[in-house]
Amino acid sequence: MSSKPLKQIHLAAHFPGVNNTTVWSDPAAGSHIDFDSFIHFARTAERAKFDFLFLAEGLRLREQGGEIYDLDVVGRPDTFTVLAALAAVTDRLGLTGTINSTFNEPYEVARQFATLDHLSEGRAAWNVVTSWDAFTGENFRRGGFLPREDRYSRAQEFLATATELFDSWDGSEIAADAGSGTFLRNARAGVFAHRGRHFDIEGRFNVPRSPQGRPVIFQAGDSEEGREFAAAGADAIFGRYGTLDAGREFYADVKGRLARHGRTHDQLKILPAATFVLGDTDAEAREIAHEVRRLQVSGQTAIKFLEHVWNRDLSAYDPDGPLPETDPLVGENTIALGRASVRQFRDPLATARQWRELARAKNLSIRELVIATTADQTFVGSAATIAGSIDALVQADAADGFILVPHITPGGLDAFADSVVPLLQERGVFRTEYEGTTLRDHLGLAVPAPASTPAPAPAPVS
Amino acid sequence: MSVSSSSPAPLHLAVALDGAGRHPAAWREPGARPAELFTARYWAGLASEAETGLLDFITFEDGLALQSSSPTGSDERTDRVRGRLDAVLTAARVAPLTRRIGLVPAVTATHTEPFHISKAIATPDHVSRGRAGLRIQVSGLAHEASHFGRRTAPFADGELYAEAADHVEVVRRLWDSWEDDAEIRNVATGRFVDREKLHHIDFEGRHFSVRGPSITPRPPQGQPVVSASGAGEASYALIARSAEVGYVAAHDGDGARAAVAAIRRAREATGATAEPLHLFGELTVFLDADAPAAAARLERLDALAGLPHGDGGTAFTGSPGQLADLLLERRAAGLSGFLLRPGVIAHDLPAITRSLVPELQRRGAFRHAYEADTLRGLLGLERPANRYARPAARPAA
Repeated sequence: MSSKPLKQIHLAAHFPGVNNTTVWSDPAAGSHIDFDSFIHFARTAERAKFDFLFLAEGLRLREQGGEIYDLDVVGRPDTFTVLAALAAVTDRLGLTGTINSTFNEPYEVARQFATLDHLSEGRAAWNVVTSWDAFTGENFRRGGFLPREDRYSRAQEFLATATELFDSWDGSEIAADAGSGTFLRNARAGVFAHRGRHFDIEGRFNVPRSPQGRPVIFQAGDSEEGREFAAAGADAIFGRYGTLDAGREFYADVKGRLARHGRTHDQLKILPAATFVLGDTDAEAREIAHEVRRLQVSGQTAIKFLEHVWNRDLSAYDPDGPLPETDPLVGENTIALGRASVRQFRDPLATARQWRELARAKNLSIRELVIATTADQTFVGSAATIAGSIDALVQADAADGFILVPHITPGGLDAFADSVVPLLQERGVFRTEYEGTTLRDHLGLAVPAPASTPAPAPAPVS
Repeated sequence: MSVSSSSPAPLHLAVALDGAGRHPAAWREPGARPAELFTARYWAGLASEAETGLLDFITFEDGLALQSSSPTGSDERTDRVRGRLDAVLTAARVAPLTRRIGLVPAVTATHTEPFHISKAIATPDHVSRGRAGLRIQVSGLAHEASHFGRRTAPFADGELYAEAADHVEVVRRLWDSWEDDAEIRNVATGRFVDREKLHHIDFEGRHFSVRGPSITPRPPQGQPVVSASGAGEASYALIARSAEVGYVAAHDGDGARAAVAAIRRAREATGATAEPLHLFGELTVFLDADAPAAAARLERLDALAGLPHGDGGTAFTGSPGQLADLLLERRAAGLSGFLLRPGVIAHDLPAITRSLVPELQRRGAFRHAYEADTLRGLLGLERPANRYARPAARPAA
């Protein structure tokens, strides 16, 4: 028997929004906008003692072939305000939101996150993402102003600046002593000055230090810059690998970078997104999973997906027929706009070649190919099988836990909460009660001490 | 009944919430809970108290700089409330805990993105099922501009308000950018939305352009309620063009009458006279059992603060009965309601809800129960048609 203590698993839930996995046509699917859906989902996650709820963000409706994309769920609420409202109907659940560092200003975002942390008594987390594209920029004052190569340097400086603002109050300033008439102990609370390449700002930050000191910082991204950015300053990273080998490789790589930044192994949690399909038996789950994949990838969806890689109009192709013999158009993707996912096909010619080989080898139609390459569920099986898989991956250091993305809104988490969570608790690898009140408590992260002097912006990754 | 049909419409009442109250020494009063100003519990309690009084709405005051008594920057005072929470998030936090009252956070148009603001107000409108609004304001202060670093203040008033009017125009177009029935979930065709019912707004202005559509579906009220304060001609133009509710701070009936006339003239110039526009008097209040008691309390507060708090001559000190007299008299100047600023929230908010409101009810001038479940409904405003929707064929009138 190994003497290594069991790792405790972190679990979180992603409210299914705009993506290609939500099965909105299922009769069990409800509204993705009605606040009751958010209440149901958040309370289920909290009942299951999850660490946090996660909300993604989009700042422009996706378009394809010059038209608004209409095959997936379209539309979502504003990240900050829906999280603030959720703070009213939950007590312990962490509240994580994606906020873009390109089309926002540090003073405003820092103010909103510090406020959310106060209003939730220490449950706020920020998933820092970048964007650069002119398509999204068309909705904002600055337009498509950011050169692509600058997006990480702006994100780094944005986060550094926001951190300076969070740290401009150390938490001891407010006396609120009515008798002596001293509200502030320190007349200079909130003083800041940041002079950098992207931001040149100064003044007084106007939100006092929040319960967590700073919100928990999440980062997504698999690129070299993304990994380094996360290792330098994030508290958690949204991994992409829910499998043993790829997960272990990613885990070792990212955790291995921490020491160089003066950080310890525990200071960064690796939490891949994961889908799941539960059944009474493994065989039943496999059948359901097959059906879910067919619902997620209709013939139309398959053609639209293929267009992301081919970067051209493929509407004349039969989804039940073979892949196009014509090659992808190389260069800026102009057919699918507002999608982060198209960036993952960095070499579309190679992708097309691989897919043609796969399709030929297995005799797959376009739709079958898309199902095989995109719609694979991370965990499929009975509750016991899924609990075992999750535990095994975490104990093997392929992840510290998972962010679950159900395919039904908002009830898609219920069965997991009722059947898988108790099994993880029985194994002694998942909490039966919240031990702390803040998200930092749940994730085992310390409250950061405010820097005594504002930290310099990290050097841009070159 | 001829009596009721000829009596004026009941008053609308709103309360402006900021820190511990309008008076700089308010935080030192009994019950003020100054250490809780940054908690949800504090704001939820105030909203609940206001709702008990059947008020139309509460405003959440805000600004993009630390409070200061100086227009040029920090005053470095330590004897006053400093720091505050973002108003839009605070309103959203309170929304699920209230049922009928309107929630109107302050928004600064000068440094924010109308795209963000549009969805940030639409979302609490979804959460509250139709009770959200906003109070649009501008900022020409150099020390606020330095928090953003994009432009160098000062800006001319006219320019600021023109930018704010563009901001509201974009916010409103984005609210309409989804038609109400855009989500179709058509399983047969595989289409989640009818893209013919989603619209690019294509706004082009001096300070920004916005393509749209919004990412958030049209809010329950269609158009949440936009309000703004009147302080000079440039702001009157903003109210006239952009608002459903304008706030008028006047020293007396004549001042109110003049401001109302000026805003109405500006409104006529926009050609939007068919749409109702509420003008609310804006008044700081210190309420006690009788006028001497209120005056004595204000004197005590002034002594604590070290200077008299005049509030520009728009403060009222006296009993709830006297305030009711004043409001009903001031109504004749063309005001349909009032935005009251409690001098001390801990004292004057309950005085409004528990003494002023019953007094107005006795006089037949205030509601006895919420008569609508949206803010527009409480204000007697129709849910507006969507500007982008093709008009349905209708029989001739």
